Amino acid sequence: MMNVGVVDYGVGNLRSVSNALRHLNATPVISDDPDCLSACDSLIFPGVGAFSYGIEALKSKGLDQTLKSAANQKTPILGICLGMQLLLDRSYEFGEHAGLGIMQGKVEPFVTAADGPNLLRLPNVGWLPVTPTDADYQEYDWLFHGTSRDTHYYFVHSFHVNANNPDAIASSIYEQIPFAAVVAAGSVIGTQFHPEKSGPAGLQLLKNFLNWRPAT
Amino acid sequence: MTRIIARLDVKNDWVIKGIHLEGLRKVGDPVELAQRYYSQGIHEIIFMDAVASLYDRNNLLHIIERACEQVFVPITIGGGIRKLEDVCDALAAGADKVAVNTGLVRNLDLVSQIATRYGSQCLIGSIEAKRKSEGVWEAYIDNGREPTGLDLLAWVRDLENAGIGEILVTSIDQEGTKRGFDLDLMDAVQSVTNRPVICSGGFGEEAHLHSLIESCGPSGVAIASGFHYELAHPSDLISRLHIPDAEIAA
Repeated sequence: MMNVGVVDYGVGNLRSVSNALRHLNATPVISDDPDCLSACDSLIFPGVGAFSYGIEALKSKGLDQTLKSAANQKTPILGICLGMQLLLDRSYEFGEHAGLGIMQGKVEPFVTAADGPNLLRLPNVGWLPVTPTDADYQEYDWLFHGTSRDTHYYFVHSFHVNANNPDAIASSIYEQIPFAAVVAAGSVIGTQFHPEKSGPAGLQLLKNFLNWRPAT
Repeated sequence: MTRIIARLDVKNDWVIKGIHLEGLRKVGDPVELAQRYYSQGIHEIIFMDAVASLYDRNNLLHIIERACEQVFVPITIGGGIRKLEDVCDALAAGADKVAVNTGLVRNLDLVSQIATRYGSQCLIGSIEAKRKSEGVWEAYIDNGREPTGLDLLAWVRDLENAGIGEILVTSIDQEGTKRGFDLDLMDAVQSVTNRPVICSGGFGEEAHLHSLIESCGPSGVAIASGFHYELAHPSDLISRLHIPDAEIAA
């Protein structure tokens, strides 16, 4: 059985992720200890809530360095929702905050001040399809093996990453605004949606991630 | 893109169902029902503790713990959530969100406490609405037993201003009647808030769902009796919404 580290920095529902992993016959190792996580075969980096709170919580436990060195060593890493957003360079969620910078890109509000405050119903809560946006998608199309093209996944977020982000490989559309649904670079993948909450297709995607052996 | 949500009202470890939130009858085991709806492609599940307010605490945590080992869609727990620690316990048990009514009526500051710690996305303001006159509704608590004196639409705005993540509106008048949703109510709520709205109360047949979506296009619809008594199946409703199913589980 695979040891899958689940990064515990006090943000969000780790039980859903670990239940999904057990369902897939993997062994979740929920930990906030850098040494313990560094020893795992792969890492899942979940999270919901505020970006600034998340990045501070990571740093206070030294887990920012754990994730950066795991990425350098080509350990498979899957960031989910806020976890995905924290992997990027920066966020403009209530101010400007530096992210981990493991991947390129920035997190932005769905609505800018110039658009007026009340155009969109937020957060975006619901099931949306995910479509490839980029030639780089080919490199990661294994992630979607065993799922159909029109599969919907569960999203809940108020801030988004632009669909044209250099590391975006697939996108979705909320109220006519395209945004990055999946980002990927090297051994690191991020999903804006929650595979652990997206039914059988989401589990399939997690399974594909667990089976992945990135080129070193 | 309306979410189809199964609502399980639970009393003493049984899913129960009544009319106007009263006159309760046992309809099944909560974990078994949750698994059945999941296998039929449901988008989300809400577990509501129907007697929590009697004890001022939620008694469903052991059910949530079991359900979320089998059910991989978002799970909401409601009833008896009064303070930040209750939210912490609910999330630790495996819930993704909490639905709070009485707790917010008593203490609106709880919204920002929860939103600051866990994010607003995990907080659903649960509202029980009773019609007073044309276009006017009052907010109730305790499963439709206690009037609050709050004008419903004003209360929705207060919740939004306080930082709520979603709004769940249950029509006490329509609940359990199978006569269709209170379209005026749902439309009115949708138009005063920019938060996602989940509509509950009155589903009796598929046409009711389509009327609701046509009328206000809510973010979600919560169905209880309609699923428990097999008046409709999640997979049928979802496929005919033109939302491809979350792939029917094998």
